[in-house]
Amino acid sequence: MSLLEIRNLSVTFDTASGPFRAVDGVDVSVDAREILSIVGESGSGKSVSMLALMGLLPDTATVTADVMRFDGQDLKTMSKRAKRSIIGREVAMIFQEPMSSLNPCFTVEFQISEMLRKHTDLDRSARRKRAIELMEAVGIPSPEKRLGTFPHQLSGGMSQRVMIAMATSCRPKLLIADEPTTALDVTIQAQILDLLKELCADNNMALVLITHDMGVVAQMADRVQVQYAGQKVEEQNVNPLFADPHHPYTAALLSALPERATARGHLPSIRGVVPGQFDRPPGCLFEPRCSFAVASCRRGAKRQGADLGHALCNRPLINGVPADEKVEA
Amino acid sequence: MLRFLLQKLGLLIPTFIGVSIIAFAFIRLLPGDPITLLAGERGVSAERYEQLQATYGFDKPIVVQYFDYLGNILQGDFGTSIVTKRPVLEEFMTLFPATLELSICAIILATAIGIPAGIFAAVRRGSFFDQSIMGVALVGYSMPIFWWGLLLIILFSGILQWTPVSGRISLLYFFQPVTGFMLIDSLLSGQAGAFKSAVSHLILPTVVLATIPLAVIARQTRSAMLEVLSEDYVRTARSKGLAPMRVIGLHALRNALIPVVTTIGLQVGVLLAGAILTETIFSWPGIGKWMVDSVFKRDYSVVQGGLLLIAGMIMLVNLVVDLVYGLINPRIRR
Ligand SMILES: Nc1ncnc2c1ncn2[C@@H]1O[C@H](COP(=O)(O)OP(=O)(O)O)[C@@H](O)[C@H]1O
Ligand code: SF4
Ligand SMILES: [Mg+2]
Repeated sequence: MSLLEIRNLSVTFDTASGPFRAVDGVDVSVDAREILSIVGESGSGKSVSMLALMGLLPDTATVTADVMRFDGQDLKTMSKRAKRSIIGREVAMIFQEPMSSLNPCFTVEFQISEMLRKHTDLDRSARRKRAIELMEAVGIPSPEKRLGTFPHQLSGGMSQRVMIAMATSCRPKLLIADEPTTALDVTIQAQILDLLKELCADNNMALVLITHDMGVVAQMADRVQVQYAGQKVEEQNVNPLFADPHHPYTAALLSALPERATARGHLPSIRGVVPGQFDRPPGCLFEPRCSFAVASCRRGAKRQGADLGHALCNRPLINGVPADEKVEA
Repeated sequence: MLRFLLQKLGLLIPTFIGVSIIAFAFIRLLPGDPITLLAGERGVSAERYEQLQATYGFDKPIVVQYFDYLGNILQGDFGTSIVTKRPVLEEFMTLFPATLELSICAIILATAIGIPAGIFAAVRRGSFFDQSIMGVALVGYSMPIFWWGLLLIILFSGILQWTPVSGRISLLYFFQPVTGFMLIDSLLSGQAGAFKSAVSHLILPTVVLATIPLAVIARQTRSAMLEVLSEDYVRTARSKGLAPMRVIGLHALRNALIPVVTTIGLQVGVLLAGAILTETIFSWPGIGKWMVDSVFKRDYSVVQGGLLLIAGMIMLVNLVVDLVYGLINPRIRR
């Protein structure tokens, strides 16, 4: 049984210009100790779907799901109070902007040990000891001296390390990392990713890594879920996905990788942007940008089976060629 | 922090010099001759005029006059009342506690109601409650104090007869001031009912004086909270599984307080200006009423000295506010 199981998750925002469905029938499942990467361009509903799981969306959001289970517990029927004892302790989250994610008014020690205070019964000195251990584990040099530091005295990389120390302080079974390195320098980015991988292995922790960068996916993920405009368009283990992407969107994301582009000499990008509230196509949401689109795509896209990566596509690719073309040939 | 404090102290010196120049120039800019003004309506003989001119140093060059004046101030000599012949500083010191007591009560009331109201309005943004609070705050903000004071007097003192109309305590009680704060002195006196009387005298003036600061603090708290509630660190706090009370009351409020404290500090100046009206309405024997009375009595040396002392007090309060600001904002602390 999977550690996290979400089925048919939808999130609708009540906006001034009417309802907007940011997440549309998404399934997510994560096994214990697994690294799942959710990938897609900005605006694909990656953050919103995980914030919905954590219960961190504003009141304007309506969340519905057929199933939302974590470690055998039903999150859907759980009281808010009961959910708060799981959030932070068993499922923790870190965010894209480490610098603004820490509270500027409190010290590093306060913010780390607050989590321990909420979820454990360690006393003050034990919490301090644990905070030092945690800071050591995430690679913060001379942690004793950093305890009294305020966030504005930390770099982006250091802030993210503090966030990771905080998030892992109660040894969660699942960590959700929402673009944890997007705001950081490239060298720091690699260090943070290595750290996350190491922490997963050391603590038997599963990881949901949200990213828009296929390079990060290749380096980190066991399994990949591709999201587009609020829908899951493909899901495969990492190696088969890179070898044979079935959805045209996945293929396009992969061909935008620098190492794949060098052969042709330029870096292709997918033309167009993710549709928002006002320009949602009637059929397949990727249709306006898809180079394999046919007339039937305007009416909708069909969900393929596991052998085709659950691709949400009428013409799933096999080895880069739409499946139906092969039949014709 | 020390550097921050020294910086603020350093700024006080030019400010104080500026105020002293204004207070000094004020009496010389009034139409007419200063001696005639100082003497008031009684008028003076020619010899007495010369004599006075020499006493006040008006025969010396203006720059010398100013430095003499500044020298006197630095020695604690703020002039002498023409009417009572008592030193201005002494009068100020006897009356200031009354104003201070009223102002402290007003700012406590304004803060104690304004901050929670602002928080609540922000958390329930757009609700009926939010709109009512902000509507009332707008009315409070634009309320003419004089009219509002009279209205309360008519209702609570006149019709309902719940509260007295004027003064700090009933005439039935008499004791020597110890601290100058009637609430404390009445308790110290041990006289039965004295404290209750002091409180009932204090209520209406406090409410009147607190009205505008309360409205301003509630609005500022609301907007600061709204800004802070959408910050990433508030989401982080919620992601820890903390209860909403702690997220709002600690993580968000702590940040929202930084601009609110500044606002409260600025309101102290407004409060002293409001005290002039409030004290007049309620015959509250404080420095506000003292200044107004002195203007009517043409006691210009009191007006001049009082102005400078009040300005000094405001500067002192602002220094304290800066200090508090430094304490609650870690980005300034180091
Ligand atoms: N609070 C909100 N109110 C209205 N729309 C929102 C809100 N948060 C996110 N959205 C919209 O939902 C969509 C998905 O957002 P998000 O999950 O942040 O994308 P991603 O993380 O994949 O970049 C976007 O179009 C975004 O504008
Ligand atoms: S359904 Fe059609 S338009 Fe949509 S991705 Fe597949 S081929 Fe492209
Ligand atoms: Mg995002």
